[in-house]
Amino acid sequence: MTCSEFLAQLDDLIDDKVSVRMRADLEEHLHGCEHCVITLSTTRKTIEIYRKHVIYELPNELRDRLQKAILAKCKKC
Amino acid sequence: MSTIQTQGTEEIHPDILLVNRARGGDVEAFEKLVRQYDRQVFRIAQHITQNREDAEDVVQDAFLKAYEKLNQFQGNSKFYTWLVRIAVNESLMRLRKRRTGRMVSIDEDVETEEGSMPRDLADWGPDPEEQYGQSEMADILRKTIQGLPPGFRVVFVLRDVEGLSTEETAETLGLSIPAVKSRLLRARLQLRERLSRYFRNRKKDGVK
Repeated sequence: MTCSEFLAQLDDLIDDKVSVRMRADLEEHLHGCEHCVITLSTTRKTIEIYRKHVIYELPNELRDRLQKAILAKCKKC
Repeated sequence: MSTIQTQGTEEIHPDILLVNRARGGDVEAFEKLVRQYDRQVFRIAQHITQNREDAEDVVQDAFLKAYEKLNQFQGNSKFYTWLVRIAVNESLMRLRKRRTGRMVSIDEDVETEEGSMPRDLADWGPDPEEQYGQSEMADILRKTIQGLPPGFRVVFVLRDVEGLSTEETAETLGLSIPAVKSRLLRARLQLRERLSRYFRNRKKDGVK
């Protein structure tokens, strides 16, 4: 397996959607390729970091204001 | 055995019960849906419009539109997915208004070399975020994701941040499943590459 072939399966590997056979092939490639080991671990970490940190917070005050405005308009519908 | 189990055992999602009540004019039921999903709608709108005021308007307009169109909602998709589709369309409309004269589309595929093959191969430390404070970290993540083309950004946000499935993301954005997969891979790799500038393990110079 080449690095390009590994990369084509990267998302399915991360999302745990590869077959048992494919997983074995991917793992075999990983044994001999530090490049792909790093790509896999840092891509996983990228997703994890974006999931963990809320980068656009809706402050409570604004949230209350928006909710009131939405419901006031709905009542007029 | 399976025939017995399939009879009437399918659970109705609580959102559907709220939608049904709201359809009958129960505004309090709709309020529950607003409270449940307003943060997500705001985040998605911010990611697409990159503008705080626009995101606030999108939250109002998306929920209002959803309320007005509740009769058109068909129970074969989740209420959340349906709402996100409205929010994405509203966000794109705002973005187009701000960028008059410039085409804004999530349909066009962006040909880019970046992300097709990883270049920065330095490993990261076990806890790369520890080097940064909470607000500095949020700044880095914002700046990094803002640099992605809108069509990649929205796929990454829906799929990886908001947790929609590939199928739901495709349905929400009106894209094919292969298009979602291709964009997701490139978005993930581009973000990884860009974050490497901040997180690369400087002590480990030996890695090529």
